[in-house]
Amino acid sequence: MSVFRRLVNTFSRSKLHQEIDAEIQAHVEMRIADNIAAGMSPEEARRNALIRFGSRVVMRERVTAADAATALDAVWRDLRYAARQLQRSPAFTTTALLTLILGIGANVVVFSAVNALVLRPLDVPEPTGLYNVVQKTPGYDNQSYPDYLDFQSKNSTFSDMAAYRIQSAGLSTKDAAYKCWYYRVSGNYFDMLGVRPEHGRLFHASEEHGPNSAPYIVLSHDFWRRHFNSDPGVLGTTVDVNKHPFTVIGVVPAAFHGADLFLWPDFWMPMVDSPDDESANFLSFRGMHNIWILGKLKPDVTPAQATDNLNAIARELARQNPDDDGLCARLVKPGLMGDMFGDPARSFLAGIMLLAFLVLLAACANLASLFAARTADRSRELAIRLAIGSSRWQVLRQLLAEAVLLSVLGGALGTLFSTNLLNALTHWQPFPEFPVHVTVSPDPKVYSVALLLSIGSGVLWGLVPMRQIWTTDSAQVMKSGGAGTIVFRRFTLRDLLLGIQITLCTLLVTSSFVALRGMQRSLHAPLGFQPEGVLLAETDLHMGGHSDASIMQIRKRMLEEVSRLPGVTSVGIIDETPLGTGGSRTAVYRMGTTDFRMSNSTFGAKYFSISPGYLQAAGTRLLGGRDFTWHDDAKAPNVAIVNETFAHAMFGNTSPLGLRFALGEKFSYEIVGVVENGKYDSLTETPSAAVFFPLEQNPDSDTSLVVRSPLPEAEIVPEVRRRLAQIDPSLPFVFHSWPDALAFVLFPARAATATLGVMGLLAAMLAVTGVFGMAMYSVSKRMKEFGIRVALGAQAAQLLRAALGRPLLLLFSGSAAGLLLGVMASQLLAQIVYQATPRDPLVLAGVVITMALLGFLATWIPAERSLHVHPARLLREE
Amino acid sequence: MARNDLQGTLDLLVLKTLSQMGELHGYGIVLHIQRASEELLTVEEGSLYPALHRMEMSGWIRAEWKVTDTNRKAKYYRLTLAGQKELRKAEESFEQLVQGIRAILRYA
Repeated sequence: MSVFRRLVNTFSRSKLHQEIDAEIQAHVEMRIADNIAAGMSPEEARRNALIRFGSRVVMRERVTAADAATALDAVWRDLRYAARQLQRSPAFTTTALLTLILGIGANVVVFSAVNALVLRPLDVPEPTGLYNVVQKTPGYDNQSYPDYLDFQSKNSTFSDMAAYRIQSAGLSTKDAAYKCWYYRVSGNYFDMLGVRPEHGRLFHASEEHGPNSAPYIVLSHDFWRRHFNSDPGVLGTTVDVNKHPFTVIGVVPAAFHGADLFLWPDFWMPMVDSPDDESANFLSFRGMHNIWILGKLKPDVTPAQATDNLNAIARELARQNPDDDGLCARLVKPGLMGDMFGDPARSFLAGIMLLAFLVLLAACANLASLFAARTADRSRELAIRLAIGSSRWQVLRQLLAEAVLLSVLGGALGTLFSTNLLNALTHWQPFPEFPVHVTVSPDPKVYSVALLLSIGSGVLWGLVPMRQIWTTDSAQVMKSGGAGTIVFRRFTLRDLLLGIQITLCTLLVTSSFVALRGMQRSLHAPLGFQPEGVLLAETDLHMGGHSDASIMQIRKRMLEEVSRLPGVTSVGIIDETPLGTGGSRTAVYRMGTTDFRMSNSTFGAKYFSISPGYLQAAGTRLLGGRDFTWHDDAKAPNVAIVNETFAHAMFGNTSPLGLRFALGEKFSYEIVGVVENGKYDSLTETPSAAVFFPLEQNPDSDTSLVVRSPLPEAEIVPEVRRRLAQIDPSLPFVFHSWPDALAFVLFPARAATATLGVMGLLAAMLAVTGVFGMAMYSVSKRMKEFGIRVALGAQAAQLLRAALGRPLLLLFSGSAAGLLLGVMASQLLAQIVYQATPRDPLVLAGVVITMALLGFLATWIPAERSLHVHPARLLREE
Repeated sequence: MARNDLQGTLDLLVLKTLSQMGELHGYGIVLHIQRASEELLTVEEGSLYPALHRMEMSGWIRAEWKVTDTNRKAKYYRLTLAGQKELRKAEESFEQLVQGIRAILRYA
């Protein structure tokens, strides 16, 4: 049978009509010719021929009906009928639509994020075969520039390899100064990624001839538009980056923003140029790991082959250079700064995607039970249809049409709402001081997933009443006059679905409570400093063009000026604040070590440079020994303050005061103080070693002024700003309160809490409607029974037990199972949220109370109804 | 029980005509049935074309546009293998129908 032909016919009805017309026309003409031959007048012959056919239009319809009845027309009819049925029960339709909008909308939002951060290739012209080449440990996976040069020149598996690092700088023109984030990139960077300039030109590998040989910058499209009014005249002009002159040579296209998915830098600069003294060093030191390598595989090479190739080179390098001890290479998917953000972000997204999918499943379960109930209500209608000859398949198709129609409608609306939300998210910049935002706007892939989910869920819950239809005995149903005999005694699929849903809801509610409590606790966690009441003023002195020599003078003046302000209790300087975004780690050695290679180190420690008074201003407790003084300068012996973990790891239980440790052959330090432990990189880290050096013995241009004051932020900021501007008006400062600055480290936990909260809320809504629907339905079906019971003298409690026994049993068992699962899931959560534990009476009580409230909410109206049964009226109605 | 409705009878007539005559257009089928039944049976045009279309959709017959002897374009129908099988079934069931009706008529 030619199904294809039917499809073609249905879609080209007009063509089919023409063909039928032509065929009939030929018939009529032949008849006329014969009639005339038989002796009729032409007039009569024509009349006779036409009469035989009757109405031409009716004829045509009858011919087409011969196949249209079985073709896609039937589907269209099913859909129209479904639409009418849905219009007739607005309560069901509205509930179902809302459920679907929430379920599918949530999935679309989450999938868009997955799509943007995991599935979509990099926003570069030639994204295939790109990999970041990183070091062994996630989080410390940068490579060094000399190693990059060796990897690039000695490998045989990559067609090219580029290097880049992200830095901040002050960019100033004649009229204005901006604090910018920019990429320092190797010369071949643009060519490897296949980027063409939108205006002017880009720089190339051939222009690199050692340090400061190519003083050019290329602007991002956005920066050019915002600060240069899209003026092409800026090409060829000179701007100052950290007070060093650079020529603007080009602008990249608007879509290009480098090889990180969420960073939108302001400009690009060749790596060989240094806008300050410090950062030139890294070009020649193998020990300074601060660049990212991005490689493009040759077409036929697998990542495993490339990894082997690079590691062979790494072993060779390690043999030749002590600084390369332990060097290794791993390939990771680019876009999320190696594994540091990549792994947590990917597993977090996978988890959330799973949750969203479970929520949709719960929504389907809900709809399935609603739909099954509705089918039961319509069993009389269905029985009649079966009795007058429609096949079971036709009836099922009809119900399926209703389900799919609703799902697609709900999916479309859900997608519409989530598109709005996603567009808002795309423009959201979570950290004001970083150029971070993620393009999560939906693309065709997202839309097709939304459509697939809609149809899939429609089929899923539309097929649930299948068994009902298959077992319908039309004669039986019509005799007993309605759906009275639908089973209520034994547990049905509907009960199971509802049970699963309640379990899921409890799981999500538990997780969000755990996350919420963890968040709350992390704000009062022992950080090793007291962020409340502290204002931070951050700058990089190189941005003001200050040389290392003048830096100390400037810093001392800053401290003096600010400490003299009324309302300032204490003030200090640290290079980069703990739990900020930077900070470095160094290998620590015992005294007496002769071979200073990585594998001989005792442990690694986070290190900071601080001024005298910092500890007091930051609120870090000094447990023993002394703070630094201004006498601990470059000429004085090297001293250090260590934290408890450091002291314990190096010296056990003996007091470390006066003892020494080494960082290298010529660098040994005497410990003069011990401070409390703290958090340095993340809130969830285990206690790690940290060491503090005096500013003057470990110079660095990064400067964070830590100002403790009881005054409100709005009052103290202008004062501090005025004083600092008096010292150097060209120096750009970023002001924020210390708690605000912690937004970055709190972000993962905040994101997790918010997502879990939203998901939990969705699940709770679904569970309430699910329980409510079931209880309501069972009560309404048993009104007559209740009426008789009341007439026979049943008490309220007995009625309630009969009406709500089943839903409440489900609620209890589902909640118990969900709580158990929630307790297990919290271990996963503990990686993101500080001290996430369900063994917390508040969490447990919160979950129990929430579920009880939900149950109360869902069963209140059905209970009310069953208690107000009026036996006389009910029996009269019958 | 064989399928013994009137539509089945029309199908039988058309299929038999095509199996005897090879290739015919709709008008030709009408003429042939009339002539072969010695003017006893007249096929109504109003029923013929829906039936032809249905049979074409079922794959029993195949159609092709051709030019008639008098130089007109007309749609010619031809029996397919499935159609020949169907014809045998229709003949059998018609025999049964005739036997059944005859038995009832003879019943005294």
